[in-house]
Amino acid sequence: MLGLDRKDTRLLIFVVLLALCAPFLLNPFPTESAMAQFNAGYPDLMQRFAIYGIFAIGFNILFGLTGYLSFGHAAFLGVGSYSTVWMFKLLSYNIVPGIILSVIVAGLFALLIGFISLRRSGIYFSILTLAFAQMSFALAYSVLTPITNGETGLQVYTDDPQYLQSVGSPNVPNLFGIVMRDTYTLDVGAWSFDFNNGYYFCAILMLIAFYLSIRIYRSPFGLMLRAVKSNQQRMNYTGLSTRPYTLAAFVISGMYAGLAGGLLASMDPLAGAERMQWTASGEVVLMTILGGVGTLIGPILGAGFIKYFENIFSKINDATLHSWFGFLPEGLENAVVWILEHFVGAGWHLTLGLLFMLVVIFLPGGLVEGGQKLAAFVTRRGSDKKDKTSGSTEPAE
Amino acid sequence: MSILEVKNVSKNFGGLKALSNVNLSVVENTVHAIIGPNGAGKSTLLNCFVGKLIPDTGSVMFDGQSVLGRHPFEINQMGISRVFQTPEIFGDLTVIENMLIPIFAKRDGSFRMHALETVANEAEIIEQAEQVLEEMNMADKLHMHSAALSRGDKRRLEIGMCLSQEPRLLLLDEPTAGMARADTNNTIDLLKRIKDERDITIAIIEHDMHVVFSLAERITVLAQGTPLVEDTPENIKIHPKVREAYLGESV
Amino acid sequence: MDALILQVLNGLDKGSAYALIALGLTLIFGTLGVVNFAHGALFMIGAFCAVTVQRLLSLSFVTVDETQKDFLGKPLKVETPYVEAWFGPEVGAAIIDWSVPLAIIFAIPIMLAVGFIMERGLIKHFYKREHADQILVTFGLAIVLQELVKHYYGANPIPTPAPDAFKGSFDFGALIGFDPNTIIYPYWRLVYFAFSAVIIAGVFSFLRFTTFGMVVRAGMADRETVGLLGINIDRRFTIMFGIAAAVAGLAGVMYTPINSPNYHMGMDFLVLSFVVVVVGGMGSLPGAVLAGFLLGILESFASFSPIKNFFENWLFLPSIDQIIIYLVAIVILLTRPRGLMGRKGVMEE
Repeated sequence: MLGLDRKDTRLLIFVVLLALCAPFLLNPFPTESAMAQFNAGYPDLMQRFAIYGIFAIGFNILFGLTGYLSFGHAAFLGVGSYSTVWMFKLLSYNIVPGIILSVIVAGLFALLIGFISLRRSGIYFSILTLAFAQMSFALAYSVLTPITNGETGLQVYTDDPQYLQSVGSPNVPNLFGIVMRDTYTLDVGAWSFDFNNGYYFCAILMLIAFYLSIRIYRSPFGLMLRAVKSNQQRMNYTGLSTRPYTLAAFVISGMYAGLAGGLLASMDPLAGAERMQWTASGEVVLMTILGGVGTLIGPILGAGFIKYFENIFSKINDATLHSWFGFLPEGLENAVVWILEHFVGAGWHLTLGLLFMLVVIFLPGGLVEGGQKLAAFVTRRGSDKKDKTSGSTEPAE
Repeated sequence: MSILEVKNVSKNFGGLKALSNVNLSVVENTVHAIIGPNGAGKSTLLNCFVGKLIPDTGSVMFDGQSVLGRHPFEINQMGISRVFQTPEIFGDLTVIENMLIPIFAKRDGSFRMHALETVANEAEIIEQAEQVLEEMNMADKLHMHSAALSRGDKRRLEIGMCLSQEPRLLLLDEPTAGMARADTNNTIDLLKRIKDERDITIAIIEHDMHVVFSLAERITVLAQGTPLVEDTPENIKIHPKVREAYLGESV
Repeated sequence: MDALILQVLNGLDKGSAYALIALGLTLIFGTLGVVNFAHGALFMIGAFCAVTVQRLLSLSFVTVDETQKDFLGKPLKVETPYVEAWFGPEVGAAIIDWSVPLAIIFAIPIMLAVGFIMERGLIKHFYKREHADQILVTFGLAIVLQELVKHYYGANPIPTPAPDAFKGSFDFGALIGFDPNTIIYPYWRLVYFAFSAVIIAGVFSFLRFTTFGMVVRAGMADRETVGLLGINIDRRFTIMFGIAAAVAGLAGVMYTPINSPNYHMGMDFLVLSFVVVVVGGMGSLPGAVLAGFLLGILESFASFSPIKNFFENWLFLPSIDQIIIYLVAIVILLTRPRGLMGRKGVMEE
């Protein structure tokens, strides 16, 4: 179907179902129950799942296929957001021009940065992209204040021209009148489920992005990118020029990042320099390796995992911890809480850093590989010591 | 008619004269061996053919066109394929994927943005790749990771990758280095078969006299960066200068 | 002319910090082949060693002085630092005043220990992994260290003053024959520059004149050969990592009076130090030092108001000083891809 083989079609259908049913899947606990804090089915978070999913899918096209580790992809995210907000300011609150522009501008920006950074490979490349991202941050934060509105961040003001904004259309981001922030809430007994326009818009774009990434993986172009990762010397002596291939991958992943940035601004019409900081670049790297570098579904899982736990961990505070461990003797309770409080609330970044190290050290293949190992372990035990060696050499899904 | 014409090529590294005034002509559809003791400049010369090094003086013409100043990939596209001393293959990819890449490169040129086509739909190219692998006796290893292949298989895969591009000139850099006798003989047989079945010119750098004398039709002996003599194997064997300078007592 | 000299002087302190961090980065990269993204965190830990020493020395006990009343009429509570109680008020106050230089003594063993633990506990296991993995794991470590410091010391900068003797400025211009009050330079910055120069000279002579240094230099040139000679190169590399950590840490300790330390200072400096390393030439120690000072001075010139105003008025780029280093780095990399003093073959396939 759609030019995919059966295995990939199944994977695509699985992700489509996951995305469409997300409002149900993410709200498994009744609204009033104590477990409701673990629900993730509210619009803002679901939007971020989809948006960061796009970001990570794009990043994986560069890092997963070519092995070039960019530490500057947040710059493209930021550029995308600024472009979209400028479209809001100049034209109207319709998100279509903004999103198109964000992809184009991020692509051009990636072409420029990629052209210079890809003169070198390996560590050099990582450092160069990191330096470019920090420069972009400095540009956005102070140097280009007239364009970016500096540390205040770019937003839409009432005296902005908005030449195409017609009288009747909504005064918030919308898609030809469909307001992004509007949500239909379905109450079923004790449960409630949110169906948000913005989320579904992002989810559809994420599905398209995911579909395109599968096509790229299975294309001759994708094969060439994997060849770049494997042996550049052989590539050159096989009549292939590596630079255009890596540059194309860099630009594509930059456009994905730009799209994600544009969507962030479309959900909430703001753009700030902090979106371009190195921590944001590091986050997408983490999402990708946590999910599984070079796998198709890994980046989506990684993005969902990180954004979910960011949300949960940030909400937990001392009082929550005390209520959880109240059953312990007081001394022990305090000790446990003292240890755990490092990792929750504002300590989420510490958890993130640790997670980063643990994944790199113990699970370099990420969640997908972890799942495969687990599945293999279970089947091996289940099949009663039957000697089974799986000869799967296809890139993992 | 000569396909590769090397004229007055010199190359210095700092003060070291690696090549001085090398003249060499490789005739089409022959196997031409370049032999010489270690440090004679064989590898330097080979690197000048493929764009890795640019000689200080002189010219290297392939089929009437200069190769100097061109990138390795451009020279490959002109019709020169190279086999390395240690097999250079795509270790992360499967055997069949390894074989597809040179065929794509041959068809699509050095870069093509075929991002929305599908490898699996390229029936013609896959068939070609399978044919070459059949010829290399590797048809049973299509889906193996190439990094897991034996040394001999890696070498065969690399030769196959080069052949699949149907090059006009195949450069072999000590193709049997580090191989056991049996593997060496297999490789010689393979190369003989290639030579018989295809319209191809082969230039080979080799230490192993057994290999050289079983394959070569012309031999150039290189010593201290200069060609000592160029002749047929029979004459090389009995050439006094060669016996003295290089072959010594080993013949 | 005097304005030019002032800009050069102003660039020296930041340049010194860049040079010291870049020196350590290059040492680690050259010997171990690892790019240490946690190196900025070592600089930051050094700075917080100074903060900790200052806090420890200022630890006080509270006594109630019945003879004095506070404004509510209650007996006045007086805080007396322990050191003042032990060594007498004058010596005690002097010790507290000199807490930043004193922190050096405290920081050396700590930084060496941190370096050893990092190398033995983590980095060692990554020599054979891909460069990407090395980058990622040290990057994760940098986040962890930074967040731990943030947890215990808070997010705000902590003022850590220099000793009174080095507070204020002196008239450098008058000293070298210019009109008085043209070149005013803070004492501590001069101290920092001198201190850095001493450390750089120390590291270089250590590498040049000791057997240990010789082995390390040989190891930087060709690790495997030295290993074949039967020299225990691994242990020496561990020590080298410790030294690089100590250099970064000391740079951090002494930097605290110039800029109050905060938890993200490490990353801020790291990115620029990477640029310094790349501009200087990957794997070149003199390159790292040279580029460190050059870029520090360059940055200072870019913040010099006539130049800054020129960029603002004619090129519409306010605060050019924020990005000048990157711009210059791009130009250098486009024209000299190996950097100023880079050797062929380092980091090239």
